[in-house]
Amino acid sequence: MSAQHTAQEPPTALATKLAGARSDGRAALIGYLPAGFPDVASSIRIIQAMVEGGCDVVEVGFPYSDPTMDGPTIQLAADRALAAGTTPADVLRVVSATAETGAAALVMSYWNPIDRYGVDRFATDLASAGGSGVITPDLLPEEAGEWVEASDAAGLDRIFLVAPSSTDRRLRLTTDVCRGFVYAASLMGVTGTRDQVADTAERLVRRTRDVTGESGPPVCVGLGISNGEQAAEVAGYADGVIVGAGFCRRILEAPDLDAGLAAVRGFAEELAWGCARPATRDPGAGPRV
Amino acid sequence: MSTAPQPSAPADPGGHFGRYGGRFSPEALVAALDGVAEAWDKAKNDPEFQGELRQLLRDYTGRPSPLGEAPRFSAECGGARVLLKREDLNHTGSHKINNVLGQALLTRRMGKTRVIAETGAGQHGVATATACALLGLDCVIYMGEEDTRRQALNVARMRMLGAEVVPVTIGSRTLKDAINEAFRDWVANVDHTHYLLGTVAGPHPFPTMVRDLHHVIGEEARSQVLELTGRLPDAVAACVGGGSNAIGIFAAFIDDPQVGLYGFEAGGDGLDTGRHAASITGGAPGVFQGARTYVLQDSHGQTVPSHSISAGLDYPAVGPEHAALADSGRAHYVPIPDDEAMEAFRLLSRKEGIIPAIESAHALAGARRLGADLGPDAVIVVNLSGRGDKDIETAATYFGFVDEQGEQR
Repeated sequence: MSAQHTAQEPPTALATKLAGARSDGRAALIGYLPAGFPDVASSIRIIQAMVEGGCDVVEVGFPYSDPTMDGPTIQLAADRALAAGTTPADVLRVVSATAETGAAALVMSYWNPIDRYGVDRFATDLASAGGSGVITPDLLPEEAGEWVEASDAAGLDRIFLVAPSSTDRRLRLTTDVCRGFVYAASLMGVTGTRDQVADTAERLVRRTRDVTGESGPPVCVGLGISNGEQAAEVAGYADGVIVGAGFCRRILEAPDLDAGLAAVRGFAEELAWGCARPATRDPGAGPRV
Repeated sequence: MSTAPQPSAPADPGGHFGRYGGRFSPEALVAALDGVAEAWDKAKNDPEFQGELRQLLRDYTGRPSPLGEAPRFSAECGGARVLLKREDLNHTGSHKINNVLGQALLTRRMGKTRVIAETGAGQHGVATATACALLGLDCVIYMGEEDTRRQALNVARMRMLGAEVVPVTIGSRTLKDAINEAFRDWVANVDHTHYLLGTVAGPHPFPTMVRDLHHVIGEEARSQVLELTGRLPDAVAACVGGGSNAIGIFAAFIDDPQVGLYGFEAGGDGLDTGRHAASITGGAPGVFQGARTYVLQDSHGQTVPSHSISAGLDYPAVGPEHAALADSGRAHYVPIPDDEAMEAFRLLSRKEGIIPAIESAHALAGARRLGADLGPDAVIVVNLSGRGDKDIETAATYFGFVDEQGEQR
């Protein structure tokens, strides 16, 4: 299928952002926040702060009752969003607001909310809202036939995950259906901040590129990245750095929204510093912790 | 009975039962799931493995379990001849041990040293802790905090057997959250850990492997009923939460179109109240915990909490093979409200001297409905999936056998 090679379609905002970062000689910064956390209006302001701080791309999380792949921080954030009454329409509203910031907007969703919404309808509505595509952490290529068709029809990117345990055969299978980028899970585990980036990450990125070749989609790394130094390390070998729990934690720990916004903006700046590769990094700058 | 006979359709290689089943899981678990599927495919055709399993089922579990007459209970079922498949007499007190012993042997065969499992009422957790003690495997049981309080005695049993019991304090703090947490553990520890899933749900290969391991229930029951009555039964009744005991007994009768298959779901306070666990009757198709199946969900695809007086049926989804059997019409699924199940619980205790699990009482209540429909010439096999010792506190409260000071009446 090699969907990433269908160059006749107009590039999504995501493709443009990733290409821009690459030509700047840096890794793209991709931030995650559940829509509606802690409420819809606040989540939009938080995403604006993430973008002001340097996020190129924002994954708008579709809050779900049973987030099997998430650790305690994102579980709590998603629970708050659901308790605040966040609906699929709210998710699309947050996507629109995200796209208006100039960042590329993605949706990150477990499969059932999209399945329930209607796969075709979701693809159409997401494209209308200005979204670039969807990351689907519990949808495997084998089950994705309907989604591949719907995302093709709507011109959306589709991002699947690869993991350190993926065989070469599965790396090929998965990267063949990916469009936009390939999400490399840095380690075997759930989302959440960790003291160091797992050494499995670099090897996985290399294995993925070996399979896709030079014309393959960008490879971005997520899971466990929690500060500027770690972002810099990952930026040394990946096309993008994905951070989620660190943003959620700053909101959960802030005494009020304004303090949370300041903390999120500062955190994004620190990560953006890390994403600038050593070759292009301003030697006078340092992580603003 | 409007049964449209369907041949028994084993799942396709991807674990699909028609449009249901499959694998909706993180990529990180695919290698492990493939490993389990491959190991099981080899083990089930390996005479040495099968011999070891058969010996354990005989000498340790006490199989075959009897199929017994229940004349005084039958009189409460429109006079139909009700036969009880006595899975309650198995070691650890329920059918759960059949699956657990098989997967525990498989764990050892795969060279893994640690087992994790979820439990709701504690039956699967106790069975798993038991098998791990027997085979010398490390054992961690995830249990919703709410359930650890409701089933304190089973928590003590599991700890006595050497298992670590981890209360799950997120989400609704019940069975589904324990399963979520077990999956999170598995993805981080998959190199040395097997997730010993306790029902016919989850991603491929669990629904087929767990069915295969419970198939012994139906195989025995089919030959026992032929021996006892000289014919096949008119109906087979089982309770359905995730659906493991039901699939186990149904599987042997699927190719017998004259045998009606009936799964009785937990109707809770009644379907119209929204407080129930009847995933097929009251849910809608969706994707949940690794498979496409019927799920209790709202219009946004969020899981709706289930409710049942029976902790073992208190689960908002059902195994995908049941979803396919329901759609094809080969099996029928009917909700039984809490009160009707508890009346059957009381009747079996008083008429036969057998205290059933409240889960199994749903099947007994269903047999009373079937008996009234089918009449006195009918033969009905009920899968008595577990014993009710664990439910005495719930039953005592329900029937008012304990006064407010906690003294026995």
